[in-house]
Amino acid sequence: MSSLVRVRLPAQLRILAGVGTEVVLEVNGPVTQRSVLGALEQQYPLLVGTIRDRNTAKRRPFIRFFAGEADLSNEAPDSLLPEAVARGAEMFVVVGAMAGG
Amino acid sequence: MSAVRLLVGTRKGAFVLTSDGSRQSWQVEGPHFAGWEIYHLKGSPADPQRLYASQSSGWFGQLVQRSDDGGNTWAPVGSDFTYQGEAGTHPWYDGTLRPWEFTRIWHLEPSLDDPATVYAGAQDAALFRSTDSGQTWQEMVGLRGHPTAPSWQPGAGGLCLHTIIIGPDDPSRMFVAISAAGVFRSVDAGETWRPANHGLSSEGVLPDPDADVGHCVHRIALHPSRPDVLFMQKHWDVMRSDDAGNFWYDVGEGLPSDFGFCIDVHAHEPETVYVVPITSDSLHYPPEGKLRVYRSRTGGHEWEPLTNGLPQQNCYVNVYRDAMAVDSLDPCGVYFGTTGGQVYASADAGDSWAAVVRDLPAVLSVEAQTLP
Repeated sequence: MSSLVRVRLPAQLRILAGVGTEVVLEVNGPVTQRSVLGALEQQYPLLVGTIRDRNTAKRRPFIRFFAGEADLSNEAPDSLLPEAVARGAEMFVVVGAMAGG
Repeated sequence: MSAVRLLVGTRKGAFVLTSDGSRQSWQVEGPHFAGWEIYHLKGSPADPQRLYASQSSGWFGQLVQRSDDGGNTWAPVGSDFTYQGEAGTHPWYDGTLRPWEFTRIWHLEPSLDDPATVYAGAQDAALFRSTDSGQTWQEMVGLRGHPTAPSWQPGAGGLCLHTIIIGPDDPSRMFVAISAAGVFRSVDAGETWRPANHGLSSEGVLPDPDADVGHCVHRIALHPSRPDVLFMQKHWDVMRSDDAGNFWYDVGEGLPSDFGFCIDVHAHEPETVYVVPITSDSLHYPPEGKLRVYRSRTGGHEWEPLTNGLPQQNCYVNVYRDAMAVDSLDPCGVYFGTTGGQVYASADAGDSWAAVVRDLPAVLSVEAQTLP
């Protein structure tokens, strides 16, 4: 079973990957952070290492994951994302965390 | 007619500045990679159209970009800088042991004769090499495998390998400099390394001021015609070696401060050296608010201030270690960039200066390419 998941990337990664405000990914199996990011990296290998560590797969410290007005950054990578994300009604949003003055 | 291309890395992107050989009028292109920190860009001596750029971000990590057309277009190449084997640990600022962790590439050094080969200096300190134009990178494990590596401590900017010199007469001889471990020399093309810090003294910084390693070397430079003569800007002290780093001696007398970051050598006069004195380790701006390049035409034995065209009041910028370069025209062009976003150029070996551009983001690096 596969799902079409909508992902929004921060501006700098959109430029890097050459994509628009929204990326639609086909995700096989359960829709989790790990499976969505895996599908994203498979489709855009340039993004490997920019959102999560390329070796440990841990989220980079200044990256956040939002969906449905909730901060999912600290959820386990294999936790199911909200059902609305899995059916494409809500976007999975990758955010560069607020930092600076 | 010849031309000069400056490759300028800044906190918020890369800029390419070009001029004809007169070096009076400059075109500024950029920012490339807007919003990203560009620690360093450098062109291949074997193919000046081949450029490499280190693109990094605290948010998104490290990328490497390559241009094959002199900076008009760029494409990302490989950025997997995975340390080989056990990561090991080194002392952290608070005295605890911290696993080696990759943060960014500080410096890219293309091979002198092969455009596909390029070296990369990393934080935490390690040396990587690519032989496929940047697509893949392999750590040169002999450096971080040196028995002293577990004692290397970071300088204020991190434990960074920031200087790579390939022997102009013998590419098997290489030098790297690490803050704050010091200089290391290889005579087998980077397979094995030995410290080359004899003569350095870091009084008040190291418990043993004359230790084999632990010195905060900021930059080393040499002239291609005299590969045994090295010049160094250390944290404090301007130093010289006449025997390829076997022994260093102090040549900073006469400078208003011997603290600083950058140092470079005139393209045609091996005894002519340039530094930009900075007040101190806690005051990273020029003494008295006067931006002065100091030039020695005697290999460091006497120094003269170069001020014509540089601000002589209320100037509180810094000049980072990779932010000075020379071209190979005659007269020699000298360039440097500041944390205030100015890039200054001299087309007469430092006698007079003018700002090529004034309001860039803080400049991290400047490289000069002399083009036919």
